[in-house]
Amino acid sequence: MPQTDAATVALARDGDSEAFRALVERHSRAVYRLAHRMTGSAQDAEDVVQETFLKAYRQLSRFESRANFSTWLHRIAVNCSIDLIRSRPRREAGHDGADLDQLGGDERVQTTQASPERLMLSTEVQDRVMDAMSSLSVMERAAFALRHFEGQSIEEISQALGLKANATKHSIFRAVKKMRVALEPLVSAD
Amino acid sequence: MHLTEDDLVLHYYGELDAAASARAGEHLRECADCHASFTTLQRVLATVESAALVDLGEGFERTVWARLQPSLERPHKGWFSWFVLSPARLAWVGAIVFLVAGAFFAGRFSQSSTGPVIAGNDHAVTNGDTPGNSPSTNFREQVLLSDLGSHLDRSQMMLIELVSADPTDLVGFASERTRAGELAGDNRLYRQAALANGNTSLAAVLDDLEQVLMDVAATPDKVSAEDLNDVRRRIESKGLLLKVRVMSTDVQRRQKAQIRSRAGQSS
Repeated sequence: MPQTDAATVALARDGDSEAFRALVERHSRAVYRLAHRMTGSAQDAEDVVQETFLKAYRQLSRFESRANFSTWLHRIAVNCSIDLIRSRPRREAGHDGADLDQLGGDERVQTTQASPERLMLSTEVQDRVMDAMSSLSVMERAAFALRHFEGQSIEEISQALGLKANATKHSIFRAVKKMRVALEPLVSAD
Repeated sequence: MHLTEDDLVLHYYGELDAAASARAGEHLRECADCHASFTTLQRVLATVESAALVDLGEGFERTVWARLQPSLERPHKGWFSWFVLSPARLAWVGAIVFLVAGAFFAGRFSQSSTGPVIAGNDHAVTNGDTPGNSPSTNFREQVLLSDLGSHLDRSQMMLIELVSADPTDLVGFASERTRAGELAGDNRLYRQAALANGNTSLAAVLDDLEQVLMDVAATPDKVSAEDLNDVRRRIESKGLLLKVRVMSTDVQRRQKAQIRSRAGQSS
């Protein structure tokens, strides 16, 4: 199998399922991590991974070979995560999803119970970070993940989440504040 | 005037415009309080960066692929056109259609139609029927296809479970072993029928499947992770899951064609 994504994508476009499999093997972990950071749920992240690769497979012919496959794939994953997040208020609380930024603590992602992933995070710091992340609302988490882990600008995040720039900024501010409250005692002790 | 907490966040992420960023930088050099606050922020966010990684199991990619692969083979608008227009895919599907169809219809519709076919749900082996397209022949073909389709579906499910099984949790493997033994017995009859009709290619695919099923059926009471990995390697090296999936899809398509044909004849 070719080492570069561009060559592997070319094979996959020609119907070589092993080539597509190689792409899945190269990128599925990164896609999962992004989805997990955005959705805050292992189950949702798994669903996002499946949906992302399914969409990538179906849209492979539209992928421009000059572009970076990983970037393209991550964009799909972000969109899938956002779709899922947007469907969540309707799913979980009958919310119409029109004003997602107003989501409060009642609709926070509930991941405080010990999942297998969390059990693997053995150090206190990791536990504290996970706890702090789980204290964020869905929009705070999504905005923060895109800004902090994906390096997207506030403008890009606003477009992706369908929010005004100010609302995006405040989601990020609130997220950082919560992270700071939770983790400051830890880093100050260094 | 001190920088606000929000200013510090925007500065950290490079979201301030050039002038505001320069002012913030200058202030941070002069103000010990803001500098300390900014340093703490940097530490907090660096901690998030380093610690917020999820540790996934070793077989994560394999599980993703096992879940994904059946969906990729499902006919779909848009993707389907890409599938059909791809020469490599077209050749592959054509070959499989030919193999599946050939195994059941070659002996039946030729003048030397004397080879054995498999009839009914009990897999009894009988001689070929009178050539033709009579209702009874159609009905039997439908039963044959239904039977084969069911076998392929069950085999496919088993392969997916094997590929995605957790090597650290093999408690329920005894039931898999029993199921594999039953499937291997059925598979042998289908393979023999294919061979009797001279369809060696179809027989070869069923032979590969049978070997895997037999391997699983023959695993010891306490199966090890290494045993499971060997089975997986065999499945993957032969592309068995894909082959079985394609065969199953084509059998389903043929079944539908048969039903439509019967409906046309009766109307």
